[in-house]
Amino acid sequence: MTRLLTMDAPDERNRLDAMAQGVIGKPLDRPDGPAKTTGTAKYAAEYNIPGCVEGVLVTAAISKGRVASIDDSSVMSMPGVIAVIADERMTARSAQGGAGKSPVRQIDRVEYWGQPVALVVAESFEQARDAAKHLRIEYQADEDAIVDQHDADAPVEPYGDPVVQGDLGHVMKQAAFAVDVTYTTECHNSAPMEPHASIAEWDGDKLTVHTSLQMIKYNVKEMADALGLSTEKVRLLSPYVGGGFGSKLGVSVEGAAAAVAAIKLKRPVRVVLLRQQVFQCVMRRSETTQRLRLAADKDGRLIGFGHEAKVSNLPDEDFAEPVTQASEFLYPGKNRTLRVDLARIHLVTAGSVRAPGEAVGMQCLESAMDELANQIGIDPVELRLRNIPERHPSKDIPYSSRKLAECLRDGAKRFGWSADRKPAQLRDGEWWIGTGMATACRVHNLNEAQARVTLRADGTAEVASDMTDIGTGTYAVLSQIAGEMLGLDIKDVSVKLGDSNFPPGAGSGGSWGAPSTGSAVFVACEAIRAELAKRLGCTETELTLRDGFATAGNRRVALTDVLSGDHFEEVGHFKAGKITDAFSAAMYGAFFAEVGVNAYTGEVRVRRFQGTFGFGRPLNAKTATSQCMGGMVWGIGSALTEDLVFDKRNGHIVNPDLAEYHLPVNLDVPKLDVVLLDERDPAASPLQAKGVGELGICGAAGAICNAIYHASGVRVRSYPITPDKVLAELPEP
Amino acid sequence: MRPFLYSRADGLDHAVQLAREGARPIAGGTNLLDLMKLQIEAPERLVDINRLPLGGIEPDGEGVRIGALVSNSACAADERIRRDYPVLSRAILAGATFQLRNKATTAGNLCQRTRCYYFYNIDTPCNKRRPGSGCSAIGGFNRIHAILGTSDACIATYPGDMAVALAALNAQVEITTAQGRKRHVPVRGFHRLPGDTPEKDNVLEPGDMITAVALPPPAGGRQIYRKVRERSSYAFALVSIAAVVRMEGGKIAAASLAFGGLAHKPWHDPRIDELLAGAMPSDALADKAADLLLEGAQGYGDNDFKIPLARRALKAVLREATGDAA
Ligand SMILES: Cc1cc2nc3c(=O)[nH]c(=O)nc-3n(C[C@H](O)[C@H](O)[C@H](O)COP(=O)(O)OP(=O)(O)OC[C@H]3O[C@@H](n4cnc5c(N)ncnc54)[C@H](O)[C@@H]3O)c2cc1C
Ligand code: SF4
Repeated sequence: MTRLLTMDAPDERNRLDAMAQGVIGKPLDRPDGPAKTTGTAKYAAEYNIPGCVEGVLVTAAISKGRVASIDDSSVMSMPGVIAVIADERMTARSAQGGAGKSPVRQIDRVEYWGQPVALVVAESFEQARDAAKHLRIEYQADEDAIVDQHDADAPVEPYGDPVVQGDLGHVMKQAAFAVDVTYTTECHNSAPMEPHASIAEWDGDKLTVHTSLQMIKYNVKEMADALGLSTEKVRLLSPYVGGGFGSKLGVSVEGAAAAVAAIKLKRPVRVVLLRQQVFQCVMRRSETTQRLRLAADKDGRLIGFGHEAKVSNLPDEDFAEPVTQASEFLYPGKNRTLRVDLARIHLVTAGSVRAPGEAVGMQCLESAMDELANQIGIDPVELRLRNIPERHPSKDIPYSSRKLAECLRDGAKRFGWSADRKPAQLRDGEWWIGTGMATACRVHNLNEAQARVTLRADGTAEVASDMTDIGTGTYAVLSQIAGEMLGLDIKDVSVKLGDSNFPPGAGSGGSWGAPSTGSAVFVACEAIRAELAKRLGCTETELTLRDGFATAGNRRVALTDVLSGDHFEEVGHFKAGKITDAFSAAMYGAFFAEVGVNAYTGEVRVRRFQGTFGFGRPLNAKTATSQCMGGMVWGIGSALTEDLVFDKRNGHIVNPDLAEYHLPVNLDVPKLDVVLLDERDPAASPLQAKGVGELGICGAAGAICNAIYHASGVRVRSYPITPDKVLAELPEP
Repeated sequence: MRPFLYSRADGLDHAVQLAREGARPIAGGTNLLDLMKLQIEAPERLVDINRLPLGGIEPDGEGVRIGALVSNSACAADERIRRDYPVLSRAILAGATFQLRNKATTAGNLCQRTRCYYFYNIDTPCNKRRPGSGCSAIGGFNRIHAILGTSDACIATYPGDMAVALAALNAQVEITTAQGRKRHVPVRGFHRLPGDTPEKDNVLEPGDMITAVALPPPAGGRQIYRKVRERSSYAFALVSIAAVVRMEGGKIAAASLAFGGLAHKPWHDPRIDELLAGAMPSDALADKAADLLLEGAQGYGDNDFKIPLARRALKAVLREATGDAA
């Protein structure tokens, strides 16, 4: 049976808190942990399939043009080489998140440096890689490839509908205080630990692919569309995903290549992207140029607000980094201008990288807010508190639960925040010491989801959905939701994920995975509870389930007895209905950072980093804390080191590996103090939970930028804030 | 990776013989294997030298002899090295990661190749990788590149840390030639400037095998290794300085400084050591030293910042070395 819940209004019932098991929200270890730490959890490339051969993609060494010819004979006599494949079903790009249709194929038309143009298949990986490097390809390069968004010839188009209210230009002139600044951020790559990988098997009729993707229900369609197959003929398996961060939202370039090869060769084919290819041909976060205009009255209340961004993408891509997403509702200001312009250039596809929009939008906005606070001469925490709008400034709708003020106050207190903001006051040996803060904000998204819950005759339960766990804790939180609702120890709940044969979940993306798929599990469990209540002659709300026993009135019966040999299977189907337009729902938080800036070298080290977050009900305090920590680490990277550099002359990635694309290392990360506020948001989901996978980044880098200013008096408006940029403004030591 | 022949040498003579026949030594493999996977290097024959008895740290007169196969971890942790040559220990620990240092060897570290981005991308021109093809770093992205001793053919740096400390300590590289003869080359003269032949990183001739590095008697004094980089670990130096400075009665009695991240070799300018010897420490002195260091410095755009950075880092090091902490 399928039970549908369409959420049109806040769900005030708060059913989870009425349950008795007491596992929801608990900081439980993830059930998949031991398998992962002992290496028995199998990732996509790790299946040993008899007869499997190895494919390596060959990528373009021009930025734009045509593949004139591929000389197969240049490699076919090399040891082990089986085939050179350049087939119109192969994809030249990765699919955007939620596309549900094939990404651009046309691998013979090169649109960016590093684009796949062929696949070489050999008996061993080393043979295939060697041959891939030797394959002779003639290109007809176009001379007009534009690879820089600042190139005057780059075509630019507005993206989406700009918000224009009142007259921002006018209030900027009139306001008691006004900040008009431009910040920039560079391209980022999510570089998940597990590279993109697929093993494709073709049985003559059906395709099975072990792969590493985030949103199976869309991925099946994307793969089927690319290959010209019907979706019933495609099965995808991604039970474990070694990190995704958006780069695995859509099918990536190796999947269709492996499938085409398997179909042609009638042998299983494995294709794993080389680390350099993970950088070159999957997805980048666009570089951004952001102009921020903030106008405040004499009390520091915003009367004008402008956030205008320029980002880039390849021609024909529907995605533009939604830089101003949180700016639409975070701050007031009747006079508003928000817009995103999209430059069309020939660099690898720009797409979703963890917290698209807010990750880079918030860090620049929050730096500009710090500049405003300094100009006014008030505590930046106070400036934020004074600027929490009553209603959505453009849509005039209410906010759902919003704990921003609590986060700001709690964080400031825990951190020991000082309102004295005079810069360059404190020295510790060679280091200037300073503090900075920023607001965290990320929109709440929901996605349609289904999950099947089976309560077996033996009193254990199984949850199944094509939902994925990309390292975030899905296995844990879904077992906790089912355990709470059905009164079971989570050891008695098994969760099966990442198989397209299971009901379609929400997929992992946009922080919606847990609240959406979790709600589907919740709905299925409610249906099962109703069945149990019927057997016990009570209503569902009168039923208490705990530790495998059902209590109704003064009767306590073992679940196995209630079931007496039967089992219940229900599919929960969750849809966000009118609720999404009725409220402005988002996750909030506050960051506080202390940094040291070396007075000689301009090196910056984060010494303390604190984050307080409110995102509805935490479903598992441990996995949620980990998500926040991970986000803050990303914030450190975004603030100080991460810079995917493209050669301005031809658009190839200069630093496509983890030696030169600098993520923060352990030593760069101080103890992270994460606080989760206990919150319920009835408008967010029936669980009263929102998402947390991305919140920890959204603004984090701004706190560091602001701390650098406070420490040293140097305001760098170009991320990442590397020593050379700080040095340029530092006084003689 | 291209197919290659692999042999394991069971003694130095055997290794030398294989090297004479054209086999390339492989020690920890942390650099060579990466380069082979990317086909930046494609040796047809490898000689695995890991079984050779070159893994000891022994007294050598009043100095110390570090075998070619001593791991970076072992060298940095060695009691004598930490006591008598702390700058070496510090430089090694400032490099790479635990895991890499466990594998990396003394000789392999000396011979590690540049991290120039274009050297690593076989689809772009690079004179070091393919002589005569051009230098992509000039006019390209050159944040990590050299500002001293560059040529029109190549502006790459020698990226390592250990050798910078060895240059400050004035260590000698012990080499066994293809003919089985021994020769010694000072570390200061081991790496070369790119000139017209950037494909040659150092003075090793075909078939040469490094067998040890010899440290002179301990120099005493304060020993500092300062490495400037944008993240705290697992990153090559933007600028690094190894300093051995001995003070007497408020004056600098002797100083030996070497610089990393600035050139195709660990940079040692004897004029700086001479300037410092016998002088009273002061900021003006530091500036004079920096003037000498940066006399011929040339930036290429993205690396222009290394010029002021080197000056400031030198000031910090001299203040620290001569007692004025901050
Ligand atoms: C990501 C990363 C980060 C790193 N960071 C740093 C850093 O911050 N600082 C730093 O200094 N280093 C760093 N390293 C480099 C590391 O120190 C070197 O890879 C290592 O020292 C090489 O030693 P090996 O024994 O593994 O050499 P191998 O890879 O075995 O050999 C390197 C070269 O030396 C030659 N060779 C080896 N032994 C001999 C011999 N006895 N005689 C003649 N030739 C020989 C080989 O033929 C080869 O050409 C880093 C490396 C990586 C991968
Ligand atoms: S700097 Fe040297 S190593 Fe780099 S591209 Fe130029 S020639 Fe090659």
